[in-house]
Amino acid sequence: MKWKILSFILCLSLLLTGCAADSDQPAAETSSVYIQNKGSDTIVNLALAWAERYQTIRPDVRLSVTGGGSGTGITSLINGTVDIANASRAIKSEEIKAAEANGIEPVEHVIARDAIAVIVNPQNPVDQLTLEQISRIYRGEITNWKEVGGEDRPIVRLSRETNSGTHVYFLEAVVRLGNSNDKTIFSPLTLLLPSSEGIIAEVSSNPNAIGYDGLGYVTHEVKMIAVSPGKGQPYVLPSIDSVNDKSYPIARDLYMYSRKDSSQAVLDYLQWVLSDEAQQIVADLGFVPVLPAP
Amino acid sequence: MIEQTPRERPINLLIKASGYSSILFVLLILFFLLREGLPAITSAELSSLFGTIWYPIEDYFGIWPLIFGSIIVTITAILIAIPLGIGTSLYISEVAPLWAKNLLKPLIEILAGLPSVVLGFIGIQVAAPLLREGLNLPTGLSGLTGAILLAFIATPTVVSISEDALNTVPASYRQAALALGATKWQTLWNITLPAAKSGVLTAVMLGVGRAIGETMAVMMVTGNAPVMPHGLDAIILPIRTMTATIASEMGEVATGSPHYQVLFFIGIILFLLSLTINVIASWVSTRGLKRSERSLS
Repeated sequence: MKWKILSFILCLSLLLTGCAADSDQPAAETSSVYIQNKGSDTIVNLALAWAERYQTIRPDVRLSVTGGGSGTGITSLINGTVDIANASRAIKSEEIKAAEANGIEPVEHVIARDAIAVIVNPQNPVDQLTLEQISRIYRGEITNWKEVGGEDRPIVRLSRETNSGTHVYFLEAVVRLGNSNDKTIFSPLTLLLPSSEGIIAEVSSNPNAIGYDGLGYVTHEVKMIAVSPGKGQPYVLPSIDSVNDKSYPIARDLYMYSRKDSSQAVLDYLQWVLSDEAQQIVADLGFVPVLPAP
Repeated sequence: MIEQTPRERPINLLIKASGYSSILFVLLILFFLLREGLPAITSAELSSLFGTIWYPIEDYFGIWPLIFGSIIVTITAILIAIPLGIGTSLYISEVAPLWAKNLLKPLIEILAGLPSVVLGFIGIQVAAPLLREGLNLPTGLSGLTGAILLAFIATPTVVSISEDALNTVPASYRQAALALGATKWQTLWNITLPAAKSGVLTAVMLGVGRAIGETMAVMMVTGNAPVMPHGLDAIILPIRTMTATIASEMGEVATGSPHYQVLFFIGIILFLLSLTINVIASWVSTRGLKRSERSLS
């Protein structure tokens, strides 16, 4: 008896899915366009939110979004397997060459900005540091909070794992202060945590800790540090405004790369991404919109 | 050779095949590890491979901090797990009343089945802050926290295997000891435990094997800083283990690159370590086991 009912339900569901597919067919046939979108894990949540919203505006366009890292995305664009590559770093010159060798001319679009907030425990009295001080902390040259005006406590440095784009950006822009000839690396005592949440958890419970994280991940359990680009210059807290007027020094652009001969659907999408509606989603997710939010 | 009926033959073959297949799989894994990992010796410079700095994105492939990290965490974990595990198994098999035995055994099996990621989460939220405040450490994400979690993971293995070993000690040994006027403690310590020695040692070795291969829990709580140890205080500092390194870096590494090969090379070292431990364990469990003991148990 049980089996009969079960098989009946199965048959019925099969029949009904058949119906659904049939009734969908004409709508899809008019103009169903697929856009493949792949790349940076930093951007993947934003790209998904955009894709979801865009589906309601243009139901005829289907977006498939996957992560995998900036390098993976750009490589896929070079190989011609995706339409849009997401990247949290600019494309390298050798990648452009490889793409051109494949007959693909990559076009760059800055789609949002991301500030890296330097965070400490709320109990820590230090609330401002210069870029150079942060660099010396992470190089292992400053080891006690009293050297930067805090209490007599050892400094515990937290970082993301080396496979994170944020780690690489922080290494280049902060630890090496943007000097590309500098081959300094993080102090070996730096704790490498596998997730942003791990950094927030440790900073919020440990008054010795210093960490960094994308602005979108920062919660109220930790305190953001105001950063000055150099001695004598003002200390600035990370925010949408301070990133857009370039006064906050640890911020980077987030990119989408498409090919020059993209289809109209891809062009429409990339144009929509810069609209007020799409940029509002950027702000909602804790990133910095390219245009000041309305 | 026992005669096989025609109906038994296919079953026999099936059992034989599954037995041999496990050997085949181990050999295939070994082959794959060697094929992917051995080129590391030539592609990453040897001075770099056996250096003291691990920072793969800048081509520093020093694996010593990782090896020492794994060893320090494992030894500390096993130092905690041995007294805890053997004590528990002695209590369950020799001392505990029946109701306690019936309650404890399933509880320990549940502990053995606890996913290590859950333990890691408890470690981050509870153990790390407690240790930091209790021992006044700079951070609770240290080798010690990892070792305590690993001890929790290794203890159920130690308990269940050494308890089995204690149970195989013939009752006549205990009866004889008690009849000669030994106290319960003397019987336990001088008769039962030595009689089950080889089984208990096997339990310890398998516990070591369990601890050295554990990944998730240590990755979450040890801080993963590839620090070269300089003394006994290394245990209270952050540590990076071999397993955590492979787990966190394998996802993003390009296939065939030097970094990829070095990660497989670390895999070979881990494989050799656990092979050694298992060989010692089986050697210990067969050695010293006299014929009489074997026939009795």
